[in-house]
Amino acid sequence: MPERSPVLAVIGAGPAGLAATLAAAGRGVRVVLVDSAAEPGGQFYRQPARGLGARRPKALHHQWRTWRRLRTGLDARLAAGQVTYLSEHHVWCVERESPGFTVHALLGPEQRESVALRADGVLLATGGYERVLPFPGWTLPGVVTAGGAQALLKGGLVLPGRTVVVAGTGPLLLPVATGLAAAGAKVAALVESADPRAFAHRARSLVGAPAKLVEGAGHAARLGWHGVPLRVRHTVLEAHGTERLESVTISALDSEGRPVPGSERRVLCDTLAVSHGLLPHTDLADGLGCGLDGVTVRVDEEQRTDVPGVWAAGEATGIGGAALSLAEGHIAGRSAAARLRGTTPDPGAWASAARTRTRLRAFFAALDGAYAPAARWVERVTDGTVVCRCEEVTAGAVRAAVGSLGAGDLRTVKLLTRAGMGWCQGRMCEPGVAGVAGCAPAPARRLLARPVPLGVLAEPADPPPPQ
Amino acid sequence: MVVVGAGMVGAACALYAARAGLDVVLVDRGPVAGGTTGAGEGNLLVSDKEPGPELRLALLSLRLWAELAEPLGAAVEYEPKGGLVVASTPEALTALTDLAAGQRAAGVAAVAVGPDQLRDHEPYLAPGLAGAVRYPQDAQVMPTLAAAHLVRVSGARLETGRTVTGVLRGADGAVRGVRTDRGDLLAPAVVNAAGTWGGEVAAMAGAALPVLPRRGFVLVTEPLPPRVRHKVYAADYVADVASDSAALQTSPVVEGTAAGPVLIGASRERVGFHRSFSLPVVRELAAGATRLFPFLTDVRVMRTYLGFRPYLPDHLPAIGPDPRVPGLFHACGHEGAGIGLATGTGRLLAQVLTGENPELDLTPFRPDRFAESEEAAQ
Repeated sequence: MPERSPVLAVIGAGPAGLAATLAAAGRGVRVVLVDSAAEPGGQFYRQPARGLGARRPKALHHQWRTWRRLRTGLDARLAAGQVTYLSEHHVWCVERESPGFTVHALLGPEQRESVALRADGVLLATGGYERVLPFPGWTLPGVVTAGGAQALLKGGLVLPGRTVVVAGTGPLLLPVATGLAAAGAKVAALVESADPRAFAHRARSLVGAPAKLVEGAGHAARLGWHGVPLRVRHTVLEAHGTERLESVTISALDSEGRPVPGSERRVLCDTLAVSHGLLPHTDLADGLGCGLDGVTVRVDEEQRTDVPGVWAAGEATGIGGAALSLAEGHIAGRSAAARLRGTTPDPGAWASAARTRTRLRAFFAALDGAYAPAARWVERVTDGTVVCRCEEVTAGAVRAAVGSLGAGDLRTVKLLTRAGMGWCQGRMCEPGVAGVAGCAPAPARRLLARPVPLGVLAEPADPPPPQ
Repeated sequence: MVVVGAGMVGAACALYAARAGLDVVLVDRGPVAGGTTGAGEGNLLVSDKEPGPELRLALLSLRLWAELAEPLGAAVEYEPKGGLVVASTPEALTALTDLAAGQRAAGVAAVAVGPDQLRDHEPYLAPGLAGAVRYPQDAQVMPTLAAAHLVRVSGARLETGRTVTGVLRGADGAVRGVRTDRGDLLAPAVVNAAGTWGGEVAAMAGAALPVLPRRGFVLVTEPLPPRVRHKVYAADYVADVASDSAALQTSPVVEGTAAGPVLIGASRERVGFHRSFSLPVVRELAAGATRLFPFLTDVRVMRTYLGFRPYLPDHLPAIGPDPRVPGLFHACGHEGAGIGLATGTGRLLAQVLTGENPELDLTPFRPDRFAESEEAAQ
């Protein structure tokens, strides 16, 4: 053993980060687990705030037993001094030093002060965020993201509204609809643009993951239990309301993705929870210089990125849900623990996790193809529709930048229109703007992963975290 | 004629050549403003230039920008806001005052501002500064919008996403056009407006042009109500611009924008085409900016971006015909001043292309001026 155990900084305390922490801690490395939330769990295992005194938080969660195992494991390693857990630390930059890394994080909800911690290795478990594509009326108050509605429910035990339509595409819609219904909301419809036949075509790889199918079937059964009408191959054409959302128009889609004339109908609701799938958080990886494949962080069999000393696991390396994140996190944690001590890991030690990873990656690759946003959604975005909410840029302005000003890529569209330059830095609008512009959805380089006060940057260095 | 490079300089060359009656094709491997133009602040400055050929080019260019702003000002976010160069110490003020005297003799408007009047011009400036010089001719445009609109009004044929792979030359050695990944473009004149990549285009025609990259970071804050009225920078900036050092130099240039965010430049480093983030550089910029404007301490930086200024060893651009290759013209190597100097460059090049006498002496900008020293070095 070296005099000082190597330090592994795990960024993100969701399923991947927790699995990595448990796998690495106690294997000769000291783990510092850094997370922006007040409680561990990430989006998937988001916990109610302690002050709310939730009596039965498990009612809002599936895979409660897995969560208990992770939580108990974390507590044991915290008690043993093998793990330091830094909650409410918002990482804005990971700096490569020689040797090692410095992780810079803003503190607490205020995010006015920054700390820096040194690490020998970094494991990025930064998760994903929701993709929402624009449509007429999507900026009305009352239109929320499906994940946002779920976070409100899990974290604050609050319903976003009384009558909810859940719409878009992807495996998130079912649990959101059943969760809202179980908590007492009236779910007026679940509108999924994907075609059930697309699943049948992919039956072979879908059969490879029976647990996921059982989970899906469970949600579908609960949907029936709560009397939620399920509309597949449908889409929301428009959200209506004056001050806030009052209703939506939904329509059936034909095989080409066009609305079927005459199938439109109004559904009254005060809330529309919408999602078109998830995108990986890659800002920190990109800032470190890790290679990306499209929009995901590129990793090898051991979950190593192409920057020595940096691992990545979970949604950041490709959207695949909690079970895949757990498997990847475990492998990354084992690999990091071995490599940081200067030894070569034995892949046999994580054979079971590797099999799970192979199976689930195939499953989600198939699922990803099946859950596609309604084809031709771009045609239904009117010129007057705001596509970038921060800077209030309309679809018409984006189309003009492409048409008469010669913008051929997303960066130029952004520079010409300011779309994606506001507070969210394009995280919200980038896929929508790219679609309307007809450009490839290249992720913008965000060298700072979140806004940082100039006073913090002006200091020569950040202090270490408080003990 | 073919212009290689759809950045600010290429756009201006296309505009003035088309106005002079030439048939122009503008070709770029990327989009409009995809290189250094899209990574810049849009400085139109006389204040940072010492008396000499570059200042003469800047004065011509700013006159032309003001003309273009008549119809296009709003579209390109043209703001004749003026510059304010501040000195923190009496020594710096003396040097600045001397510089301003020379500039004034060359035709620059430069107004001394005493320490007591500083806050009349910039109410949020830090206390205790020694003084400043105000340059009413300094202005700003949004560079990507400026390039795109100049291309649009030029009427030139725009070929983006088309990569020039070679320069075609006849048996007599004269340029016949360019080869691209999507077929040849034939023309008796080719203009190299490839900015930081101008050396590569010159090499395709068999000519050496030692253009090198000098990296710069810019910080962009959250949108604010207007608080910074001028382009404000510390007097050290002028020394940094003219410096030959490869080491990092940061002197803050702080300015508001029409859209609300405050822009903070400008670091200068010679590190090749390295696109990696550098926190120490960003820290120095932030420290300099908050020293000038203490209120910025609580303002958040939303993003930071980097670009590569194209510079030549004597810090002057290459403008005009290349005597080594008939039909090849250069308009590149403007370092950090390409947006400001683009209009003058385009006008002068159009004059040369149509056989007119250029209104400025192009000798200091001769593209082959480094050839002798290179031969000597070998």
